Amino acid sequence: MITRTLPAPLPISDQEHPGSCPLSIHDMTVAYHRRPVLWDIDYDAPPGKLIAIVGPNGSGKTTLIKAALGLVPAASGEVRFFGMRYARQRGRVGYVPQRESVDWDFPVSALDVVAMGLYGRIGWCWPVTRRYQREALAALARVGMADYAHRQISQLSGGQQQRVFLARALAQSADVYLMDEPFAGVDAATERAIVEILRELRSQGKTALVVHHDLQTVTDYFDEVLLLNMRLIAAGPVEQVFTSENLRKAYGGKLALLDEVGHKMRLAGGGQ
Amino acid sequence: MIREALDILAGWSAIDLWIVVTGALAAMACAVPGCFLLLRRQSMMGDALSHTSLLGVVLAFLAADKLADLGWLAPAAKGGVHHAIMVAGAMVVGLLAAILTEWIQKRGRVEASAALGVVFTIFFALGLLLVRVAADKAHIDPDCVLYGTVESAGIGDGVPEPALVNGIVLLVNLALVFLFFKELRISAFDPGLATALGVNARAMHYALMAVTAATLVAAYESVGVIVVVAMLIAPPATAHLLTDRLGRMILISLVVAAVGALLGHAMAVVLPRIVFARLGYTTVGSASSAGMMAVASGLLFGAAALFAPRHGVLSKSLAQWRLGLKIAAEDLLGLLYRLEEHGLSAHGAAAPDLLQRALPVGRLTAALASWTLRRNGSLLVTAGGYRLTDKGRMAARGLVRGHRLWESYLAKHFPLPPDHLHASAEMAEHYLGAQLRQELAGELAETAKVDPHGRSIPGEKDKA
Repeated sequence: MITRTLPAPLPISDQEHPGSCPLSIHDMTVAYHRRPVLWDIDYDAPPGKLIAIVGPNGSGKTTLIKAALGLVPAASGEVRFFGMRYARQRGRVGYVPQRESVDWDFPVSALDVVAMGLYGRIGWCWPVTRRYQREALAALARVGMADYAHRQISQLSGGQQQRVFLARALAQSADVYLMDEPFAGVDAATERAIVEILRELRSQGKTALVVHHDLQTVTDYFDEVLLLNMRLIAAGPVEQVFTSENLRKAYGGKLALLDEVGHKMRLAGGGQ
Repeated sequence: MIREALDILAGWSAIDLWIVVTGALAAMACAVPGCFLLLRRQSMMGDALSHTSLLGVVLAFLAADKLADLGWLAPAAKGGVHHAIMVAGAMVVGLLAAILTEWIQKRGRVEASAALGVVFTIFFALGLLLVRVAADKAHIDPDCVLYGTVESAGIGDGVPEPALVNGIVLLVNLALVFLFFKELRISAFDPGLATALGVNARAMHYALMAVTAATLVAAYESVGVIVVVAMLIAPPATAHLLTDRLGRMILISLVVAAVGALLGHAMAVVLPRIVFARLGYTTVGSASSAGMMAVASGLLFGAAALFAPRHGVLSKSLAQWRLGLKIAAEDLLGLLYRLEEHGLSAHGAAAPDLLQRALPVGRLTAALASWTLRRNGSLLVTAGGYRLTDKGRMAARGLVRGHRLWESYLAKHFPLPPDHLHASAEMAEHYLGAQLRQELAGELAETAKVDPHGRSIPGEKDKA
């Protein structure tokens, strides 16, 4: 039933070509329980930039990242990292989930958590050998947390926990990073440390897409911005896109019709 | 009474030994997947699986009988093959239950626990129904399924079958954890990243469910459905209180499981004879060993909850009490230092009384505080009253310096009236180490000489 109300998806070329675009999203729609939370996203991330993903609560920022990584299924559309499917580029993509998404009482040390970023390279069944532990420790040192390597993670402050997550992503030594609110609830020192790391990554030619909440710092921290509110409002260099008009579009007056159609689709789908 | 208990235990035989070994192996085998269930906050999944696998076992039994009837399965080969079929049946049904639970949760839009509750009760009911219906065909005794037959473990020669089965399961589980330690850890801690890295967290979840179901079924025969749940969760929960590393947690849970089995059987042998005999019931010779093993696991958990070094209730309150004492002692030092500043010393007044009058602490705390200070050489008792030693004065100066630096710092950054500063500094002074004081002084620069009340801020070291 629902397939008839949506236009038939266009024939999508299934080809993969190695390319320079770190993340390319083509016509992606994501739905939870048939209720679309992201509509028709088309986006090509420019390489070597720091990109803020900005939008109000429930605008689909986290969903965008998760769908790009295949953690939530996309109803339609396709995603390419450097021109290839994610499954073939895992090693080049780093992911920093929201800090609240894990249980910090879990019996692991900060070093154990950072070493998780190396699991992809270590491979199945192999242990974390000393060489990899040294690598993890080096990543912790880069975020100024080497002294806390052997602390159980619940004994760290919120900012320190966030730095551990960042170190884990650094350990992945990826070429493009997807970060979900790394600045949420951190202290001033951690915020500075994160910004420094981001700039360091950029100077190495890497790209970072960062879900960001603090509109005041967007211009300071980022080169590009992606304004999201269930659909892509605007994307491009901060000075061009981060305008009051675009912000009004993203934050002000919700798109009533979009909501209404989404609601109807949900009801028609049998959900309650 | 202890003598009596020892006398009973002296009569320990090979049968007792095998009961303990079987129980310990079952408990240890369960503890391994139990650790991961606990950490994934899916402890109830173990409970549910232990119930649903009954259906798997019965179906497997019926299938095996059918195969034997058809002549595809030699009735003589029943032992080992039957075990394998039972385990396979439980794994299949356990997986089915996990998948169905997830499906109901998504489709029915209900909570995970509600979906679980629906699925496992239905499966358990079906299982029980089949047990009754097929009781005459398959040799399944409902009591045996519920309570297990660990007591009969040691009857016969050689290694008893239940011990062998549980031992094999334990070895398999340990091998799996050894091989997939990284993958199990990351998919339990951060399923999102695990999946992004190519370790499909959902597949790992189903694998864990299947292994748990298989382990439970192997353990059933010896300890029964009900006790198995305790074995699955209590030792890992105990271990979780005692360590904060995953590898150590698994090892400790194994030890706790084994000790629980030993303790449980000993209690089952000793307690009824002593306790019930006193109450006048002479006919009760022993209690269910399996049940007592569950009780022992619970007792071990209780002990850990009380005495665990970091997470235990007692150690936490002890740490609180120590902190309170440290603060009281430091307050006393600060008080004496300020009296000296005013050219007064604590003439005639006993320090505890002084502290008690000046600060909101109890008599005992005050006495203990002054006692610790005297012991570590910060305080001297003279005929003229209580005096600071050089060491005590050093510490006191640091405290007072921290207090006044903090007041200055607050006054500099917040527009607070002077009378709002003291209370906060009184709390903060106990946590300002030399390094923080240095940073505060650096931040305050030239103003770090006098506090907002006009009192001079002492330096780190005595100028004299």
